[in-house]
Amino acid sequence: MNPVIQLTDVHKIYRTGEVNVHAVRGVTLTIARGEFVAIMGASGSGKSTLMNILGCLDRPTRGQYRLDGTAVADLDGDGLADLRNRKLGFVFQGFNLLPRTSALENVELPMMYLHEHLPAATQRERALRALATVGLADRARHDPNQLSGGQQQRVAIARALVNAPMVLLADEPTGNLDSQTSVEIMRVFQQLNETGITIVMVTHEADIATYAQRRLVMSDGVVVTDEPLARRATAGAP
Amino acid sequence: MRMLMTLRVAARALRRNKLRSALTTLGIIIGVGAVIAMVNIGGGAKAQVEAQVASLGQNVILIFSGSFTRGGAHSGWGGAGTLTVEDAQAIAREVPAVLYVSPEVRTVAQVATGNQNWNTQVLGTGADYFEIRQWAFTAGTGFTEQDVRAATKVAVIGQTTAQQLFGSAHPLGEIVRIKNMPFVVIGVLAPKGLSMMGSDQDDVIVIPYTSAMKRITGATTLRSIMVQAKSPALLPTAEEQITALLRQRHRITAGKEDDFMVRNQQEIAEMATATSKVMTTLLGAIASVSLIVGGIGIMNIMLVSVTERTREIGIRLAVGARRRDILLQFLIEAVTLSSLGGLIGIGVGIATSQILARVMNWPTIISWPAILGAFLFSGAVGVFFGFYPARKAARLDPIEALRYE
Ligand SMILES: Nc1ncnc2c1ncn2[C@@H]1O[C@H](COP(=O)(O)OP(=O)(O)OP(=O)(O)O)[C@@H](O)[C@H]1O
Ligand SMILES: [Mg+2]
Repeated sequence: MNPVIQLTDVHKIYRTGEVNVHAVRGVTLTIARGEFVAIMGASGSGKSTLMNILGCLDRPTRGQYRLDGTAVADLDGDGLADLRNRKLGFVFQGFNLLPRTSALENVELPMMYLHEHLPAATQRERALRALATVGLADRARHDPNQLSGGQQQRVAIARALVNAPMVLLADEPTGNLDSQTSVEIMRVFQQLNETGITIVMVTHEADIATYAQRRLVMSDGVVVTDEPLARRATAGAP
Repeated sequence: MRMLMTLRVAARALRRNKLRSALTTLGIIIGVGAVIAMVNIGGGAKAQVEAQVASLGQNVILIFSGSFTRGGAHSGWGGAGTLTVEDAQAIAREVPAVLYVSPEVRTVAQVATGNQNWNTQVLGTGADYFEIRQWAFTAGTGFTEQDVRAATKVAVIGQTTAQQLFGSAHPLGEIVRIKNMPFVVIGVLAPKGLSMMGSDQDDVIVIPYTSAMKRITGATTLRSIMVQAKSPALLPTAEEQITALLRQRHRITAGKEDDFMVRNQQEIAEMATATSKVMTTLLGAIASVSLIVGGIGIMNIMLVSVTERTREIGIRLAVGARRRDILLQFLIEAVTLSSLGGLIGIGVGIATSQILARVMNWPTIISWPAILGAFLFSGAVGVFFGFYPARKAARLDPIEALRYE
């Protein structure tokens, strides 16, 4: 099995004025295709920093990152943008949907930046299919402010899926949701994972982490625990 | 195709802030409107000058009698009667650059035929007048040197006068009475249209100046003298020589002002359109200030918009927008704003010039190259003033943009 994500001794140092913050201090990590990984750890331990590097939103200060075999350090800004567009999907704690823009159009957004332009009808069809995958086909015309938090997060997941990425990155996706809605989101994640999408998710909640197959714990910028989760929780059918 | 989508995104962003977009474009609207109005009025004035310069004749110099002031009222040029028939004869005799000379007197009088009468301008001129003004005849001929010497009672009538007095009947050989003095119609002039002062040049009756002075007005001096120089190159020489000759004849010592006024036809035409020229300059000033202010307004609003939409930019970058896409999005938004302002401004400018044309009675010309130019320029204003905000948007750090509250 060839790894989707391969980190070798990755460091991230933030230079803010005089103080240097060494947020990630040498992470070596391999994630195989189809894994569902949960990252836990205390606040400030470097989880989001690591996620930003994995998401090609930021570059490591030192060390190597290979995404699907490509050395990310060799790519320019446009190359990174294309990776984000085609191979990665993001889900954020704060949903980050475009306001006053329908769910459908939010989901269509990543297709706007595809290299090979898709006809409007195809875009629509793909966006609707992504919304159906997360169980929101009937809310396509709603604006974000007409949707519940859980529904907004599902629109964000549909947006992350629409370009058929290899990896879904989620930084505290259930951080703003109640526990029951969180379970619903985990159900969607598990269904996606079963179709072969690799998922890396940061969470503070131990019970949410149990929906994953593998658990990493970070502390002070390094991975201190890396264990498979034998008894994997199932969100089950709705 | 990507361009088309970007255009749609820009259009939607502008529609979302309708009032703000409208106010932002106001500067461009005023600027472009002023440019269009300016060009239309200026073009109209120029065309008018050219037409009137041509209608006056070729290489024409006009010498007016001086003005006088009586009881605070200014008579205007020609009123003081400082020019005499002898002055005109001296010019013809002594200024070699001159081809033709025609003395001129004028009065307004009631003219009548058997059963019609009409109030019109009576012009007393020399025989060469028609030659100088290159005024053709539709019937008959002008009067001769002989008629002038003998103060014959012959008349040449303009088109309007002919219409009013004779309708469709044939005027040649008929008698018209000017202040009850009978004159025989020997010619009918071709139509010449409006003068540069806006009066109907065809509403006229032309008779020998001697006849006019002796039989109608009783005047002993001239209102003006019309002169044709031998060539355009000789115009300045002719003007100088005429001025020198008249100063000498009128015994005006050095340092004293002329008691007459010499103008060539170009100067006369320009005098007539001086007001529209002032207006053109004023509009030009408004236009350039407005366009700059409008451009800065667009830059300002775009900067605000970039700040407001920082998170949106972060989201777009996260889902795969390249920096160029962001740059283009905001640039197109700015250009859409300014071009829209340009389009509305073109409408406003055309309307303004049409209204001025009506109210001030100025001729205006709709200049299509100017309209195209103004539209392109307004687009360029958008590019120029939109570039900085757009680049600022494109350079945002995706992580920070996503975190922006
Ligand atoms: N842009 C930045 N500039 C400077 N320091 C930063 C920046 N972003 C993060 N840090 C620092 O890096 C360290 C790791 O931050 P990070 O956001 O990765 O933590 P985290 O594990 O995600 O915490 P949390 O669970 O609270 O989200 C912290 O000390 C933080 O202050
Ligand atoms: Mg974090």
